[in-house]
Amino acid sequence: MSVIYVLLAISLVVAVIFFTAFIVSVKSGQYDDSYTPSVRMLFEDELVKDKPSEEKEKQKKSNK
Amino acid sequence: MDRINCYHCGDDCGNAAISFDSKNFCCNGCKTVYEIFSSNDLSYYYDLQSAAGTTPKVVESKYDFLDTSTIVQRLTEFNDGNLQIVNLYIPSIHCSSCIWVLENLNKLNPAITSSQVDFPKKTVRITYASDTISLKALVVLLARIGYEPNISLADYDNKEKKTDRSLIYKLGVAGFAFGNVMFLSFPEYFDLATSKSDGGEFWLNQYQNVFRWLMFIFSLPVVFYAGRDYFISAVKGLRSKFLNIDVPIALGISVLFLRSTIEIIFDWGPGFFDSLTGLVFFLLLGKFFQQKTYSFLSFERDYKSYFPIAVTRVLSGGKEESIQVHNLKKGDRLLIRNEELIPVDGILIRGNARIDYSFVTGESEPVHKQSGDKIFAGGKQLNDAIEIETLKSVSQSYLTQLWSNAIFQDDKSTKFQSLTDSIGKRFTISVLSIAFAAAAYWLFYDSSKALNVFTAVLIIACPCAIALASPFTLGNMLRIFGRKKFYLKNTQTIEQLAQVDTAIFDKTGTITTAQKSTASYEGMPLTSDEESLLKNTLRASNHPLSRTLYNMLAEQDIITLDEYEEHLGKGVEGSIDGEHIKIGSADFTGYHQDSAALNTSVHINSNNTYKGKYVFHNEYRDGISEVFKNMSETLQLAILSGDNEGEKPRLEQLLPKLTPLFFNQKPENKLEFIKELQNQGKKVMMVGDGLNDAGALAQSDVGIAISENVNVFSPACDGILDATKFKWLYQYILASKKAIKIVKLSFMLSLLYNVVGLYFAVTGQLQPVIAAILMPLSSISIVIFTTVMTNILGRKLK
Repeated sequence: MSVIYVLLAISLVVAVIFFTAFIVSVKSGQYDDSYTPSVRMLFEDELVKDKPSEEKEKQKKSNK
Repeated sequence: MDRINCYHCGDDCGNAAISFDSKNFCCNGCKTVYEIFSSNDLSYYYDLQSAAGTTPKVVESKYDFLDTSTIVQRLTEFNDGNLQIVNLYIPSIHCSSCIWVLENLNKLNPAITSSQVDFPKKTVRITYASDTISLKALVVLLARIGYEPNISLADYDNKEKKTDRSLIYKLGVAGFAFGNVMFLSFPEYFDLATSKSDGGEFWLNQYQNVFRWLMFIFSLPVVFYAGRDYFISAVKGLRSKFLNIDVPIALGISVLFLRSTIEIIFDWGPGFFDSLTGLVFFLLLGKFFQQKTYSFLSFERDYKSYFPIAVTRVLSGGKEESIQVHNLKKGDRLLIRNEELIPVDGILIRGNARIDYSFVTGESEPVHKQSGDKIFAGGKQLNDAIEIETLKSVSQSYLTQLWSNAIFQDDKSTKFQSLTDSIGKRFTISVLSIAFAAAAYWLFYDSSKALNVFTAVLIIACPCAIALASPFTLGNMLRIFGRKKFYLKNTQTIEQLAQVDTAIFDKTGTITTAQKSTASYEGMPLTSDEESLLKNTLRASNHPLSRTLYNMLAEQDIITLDEYEEHLGKGVEGSIDGEHIKIGSADFTGYHQDSAALNTSVHINSNNTYKGKYVFHNEYRDGISEVFKNMSETLQLAILSGDNEGEKPRLEQLLPKLTPLFFNQKPENKLEFIKELQNQGKKVMMVGDGLNDAGALAQSDVGIAISENVNVFSPACDGILDATKFKWLYQYILASKKAIKIVKLSFMLSLLYNVVGLYFAVTGQLQPVIAAILMPLSSISIVIFTTVMTNILGRKLK
């Protein structure tokens, strides 16, 4: 069997993986709101009192 | 004077700043929010953006209906008894501080497990443990920190709002296939002139079929999934005997696909799969670009978006219960509290009614009603609680029955033939005749080439560039208008705006401002003592007219009144050092000649002698005369007002001579008026603001709603114009006309490409690589041309 089939198969598999990743991300709603995440990622150290570990956890939850 | 601004909301604190924690607040509401935030370690809110807050207006009883489990069930997205998920629309979301505080709600109440803001839509999705915090408690909590959610009848009625993502999927499929097919075509591109028979490269020729069949497989989802809409639309068009632009597109796609498939089956050539997938990809890209939506605005609103879900019904035993407004029957007794909306026509039975009809008529002045008076649905009660007895059901009320008019069921877009579609007809006919003529010619000379030429013409003439010209020009124009705070529903509105020849305006709230009004004094001059007494008496009153008048009068020293009394619904009186003043209605001040006062006025009576009155005038928007003067050059104008004729002389002064003015117009009259004009063949633009214009806005070719606050209110329309931009309205219409010119120019440009392509096609020398080069080249150059042109146009706009 020629190597070209292997190469084609690999390239197709890679392409299909990316394509599925795209479909999954659309389905999960990533393209519904393209603005808020850009603001959200800039929030940090917002606590006045020092409770870093706990706050991080809560931040994670709220970003789910 | 130094202005002290509220630390929370940034408003002017006036004289009554509340000092707390060495910060100033304009009111107790703002102070409370600050307290809540600072005691919960959320004061970062103010570091993120200063004075970001909104003054909370809490009337807790307003949300009593949220205790009803059926209503909760319908509002929540998910509800399993102890965990609920709700998606709330909060109009006051406006900055990053809002996002931050709303996503940290769990700091305020640990029962809230997560909350996520969608900023463009202004919604927040909250997950919470409902056994600890009820939906009502959650909503009240939000309202207390100044983020009052808007829960309306519309949320109750249509629960399922699915976002349509099919276009993104299709674009993804087409893009994926396009890229891969291009790669798979590379061997063919490099091996052009050398097929096996000419002794071409052995390696490529041996695997040719693998590459070709792979391309075929990639093109299948493009034709049958991504390009499906074009076939559906073409069939629909043909069924109604109408050649739209999708007919030549569908024809092009199917010919491309069939010819390519046949070519690879019989090993004649590589086919045009690269052009095929590219074509569909570019077309969908145009569609995607055109589909700009302002997700925080809604152009489809009817009364349901403003009406409450439930109201309080008073049962015969004096018991109160929440009742869903659809279930209201004639004869029910309702309790309407302060700040609540009256959902149904009724008779006032008890209480002191001061009703704000601003979102029905645009008139900001509240109306007083006495028991026994008829009250129309849509008003908002501003005083304490009132009781009314319903006269009709919700859908039959004066305001809401407007929506039973057939015009609201009509889809405007189906009636309109766009520029692209009207070209599509001529285009299809000429392409088909060229194809047949060329085929006939080759049948005569070299019949083996006839089919080849026939299909080549259809392929190369596929109007990709034409189909892209309008979406990209108008889509870009839509964005430019959006940046100027002129929000249009879709690109079709721009085409219609360019055709408008008649413009109809509502008066109150549209060409007048809702906030400002001016007053002039008529009568005997007041002495300085009287002026001081007047100002100081007004100072104590909370009536909106008193507040307006107070702010207009010259500064006076603050003196303490000996006596002050407020007579509800009549006026106020105050006295000092034996001087006595009465301010209020004509009857109250003993003025009887004024039988037909058309304008709102406040009468003054000093020491039992009638002095005179302050007459309030509407304040017209800036530059109104100018706008109307410019418009009258090319457009027919008219004013349709629901008000009385009180402002007629002033309007006549402001507007160009002979502008028709119509007063006392009911909502149905406005609708009929526009229908009448349309029957005469006019293209009518309606500019309005209130729910009473909703019928006219829907009937007109272009309905534009003027809005002082884009987030708060606008009836169903085609476009929303920020009130501050009113004076530029005519410029926007002219810009739309220029945009249409740009579209026409790009049509010419793309026809040029078609002529070049047709030359290759007709002479029978269309190679796949020429199609593959020409198609993207024409598309991209059209996109660049239209984008540059519209941006130049946009730069000139204010």
